[in-house]
Amino acid sequence: MKLYDSIELAGRNLRESVLRNSLTTLGISVGVASLVAMLSLGIGLQQLASRRLQRSGLFDSIVVTSRRDLRSFNREQEESGPAPAESPDLNEAARLKIANVAGVVEVYPDLRFITEVRYDDKPHLTMVAGLPSSSKDGDSFEGMQGRFFLSEDAHEVILQKSFAAELLGKSSRGPDEINVNEVAKPLLGKQLVMRYAERESSNGQDTASFSVISHEMPLTIVGVTDLDPDSMRGSARARLFIPQKLIEDMRPMQAYDMRDSSRATSNEAIYSNVVARVSGAGKVDTVEQAIKKLGFNTFSILDATKSMRRFFAILDLFLGIFGSLALTVASIGIINTLVMAILERRREIGIMKAVGASDADVRGLFFAEAGAMGLLGGICGTALGWFIGRVINFGTNIYLKRQGFPPEHIWSVPVWLVAVALGFSFLVSLLSGLYPASRAARLDPVQALRYE
Amino acid sequence: MIRAVDGITLQIAAGEFVALLGASGSGKSSLLNLLAGLDSPSAGSVIVENQSLSDLSRDELAKYRRHTVGMMFQSFNLIPSMTVLENVELPLRFAEVERSKRRALAMSALEKVGLSGRLKHRPIELSGGEQQRVAMARALINQPRILLADEPTGNLDSRTGTEVMELIRRLNQSLKMTVLLVTHERDLAEKYADRLIFLADGKVVADQPNSARTVAGAKS
Repeated sequence: MKLYDSIELAGRNLRESVLRNSLTTLGISVGVASLVAMLSLGIGLQQLASRRLQRSGLFDSIVVTSRRDLRSFNREQEESGPAPAESPDLNEAARLKIANVAGVVEVYPDLRFITEVRYDDKPHLTMVAGLPSSSKDGDSFEGMQGRFFLSEDAHEVILQKSFAAELLGKSSRGPDEINVNEVAKPLLGKQLVMRYAERESSNGQDTASFSVISHEMPLTIVGVTDLDPDSMRGSARARLFIPQKLIEDMRPMQAYDMRDSSRATSNEAIYSNVVARVSGAGKVDTVEQAIKKLGFNTFSILDATKSMRRFFAILDLFLGIFGSLALTVASIGIINTLVMAILERRREIGIMKAVGASDADVRGLFFAEAGAMGLLGGICGTALGWFIGRVINFGTNIYLKRQGFPPEHIWSVPVWLVAVALGFSFLVSLLSGLYPASRAARLDPVQALRYE
Repeated sequence: MIRAVDGITLQIAAGEFVALLGASGSGKSSLLNLLAGLDSPSAGSVIVENQSLSDLSRDELAKYRRHTVGMMFQSFNLIPSMTVLENVELPLRFAEVERSKRRALAMSALEKVGLSGRLKHRPIELSGGEQQRVAMARALINQPRILLADEPTGNLDSRTGTEVMELIRRLNQSLKMTVLLVTHERDLAEKYADRLIFLADGKVVADQPNSARTVAGAKS
């Protein structure tokens, strides 16, 4: 029998017991829907996580430290490469060298210091850090009030909201309770005065000598961030940010300057670490290798995300297994329906054989029925899964909004998932049809014809 | 083990109209099933057109049933969910005949049995005689050389039974189609068959030319 004849007859048979076959198809739909729902949740969460990481700017950043620093991020690196005493200083020359590595977009020293800030004639202590203008696209500035710096050396300052609250005398509240709008309004456009210590190289004989000169600098508050842009720094994280070029020009005394003075080879400033930004996450590995060849230690978040990617692979696998369980139950439903159909249509099968149907014809007919139920169930199930996803996404966003978070896309149904779901349900149905179809094909026609 | 058919040796010539007679359980339907290739003998062989059926694969047997033999049953065995036309078309589907040709062939077959006005009806909407005529159209659609009819008039009143038998006889005579008629009605057999074979307990008890018909034929 030709394929389209099998399909036509199968369609007729399915319509004959429409209720039972619809229920079986519904079962497959629910199975496929649960599979699609589970997997799209996994994929959505993974995309959410990697989107966050990508926008955090950590994916395309490499932290470079000097081997002379003896405080490597990565112990393995201590055991290879040049000896610390023979390795280069991380100074302005080194920064230029790193900037020339192919794939590096910008290199800036990580400068930060603890200082006293005066606002409204009251002193406040905080960590100050430089912020390059490239970081303004990062999602740590999501929900920021005010604006980013006008230029790289503007005398402007962006505050983290907890520090803003402290300036307003509201520091007793936890960070979740601080409303960024509330604290930003009275502060934006106001001035504060920051004190800092400038490191000035002396022209004396000693190669490593320098003077420390105290300064005060008035700064205009232009922005208050809702999030914590410097959260990766842990205890050293800054709550007050000034433009990167400004902080470099200030030549502020760094915490490690004193320590480094004993091993310095010149009176030039040495950086504790510089951050190299790469044009794309895919280039991080090669750029890291190139910087290592220059004699520095490197660290990137890429190593940390390896385990994250593995986690999501395992999560997807388990979600897939749970989703498949429902499909397995549905496939048993197909087997049951078809076995029942064989019993019911026993005589019909006998008649078909008597008028010339081969085993393959009968088998093909049952296969076509199973496949049709699978395909239809797959289509309905994918639509249902997508719909469930939309509903949950909608619900989650209402919840997030109430909690004061921006809306997220935690649900993702990519085209390949639709294709996989359809293919999988079709395949599972055919597999389920295997036993009933071969049973129907092997039916003894004489017995079948006698059946009433 | 029950021996439904036991030690039978028969030879039927092409174009013959043979009636298999016997009480129920005498093995006549089992013999017909063997000839139809629906069943296979535990010993011995069935040879049709110089081909032993036991040498055929399951696929080849299906092909044999499709092209060499046509079957009619007492209970018609039409598929209730299909229309008259679809029932007659069914063997053509298995023979992989083109859809357009299929329709034309089935319609002409139904015309021959006088049912061209009932194409879209379901079997249940037809009388017994009409159903049996549909079954006949279906049995003949692939132009088989042998017609195996298992009590074709068993469920019909005598008038429609006669109509059906007349149709069968016409086929036998005009197309030289071999007909094997299973029946327990001796009158019917004597009226139409050329040869009568009597079965009892799976054995042939008598095998004789139909003298009654020869006489009747001489009279007419």
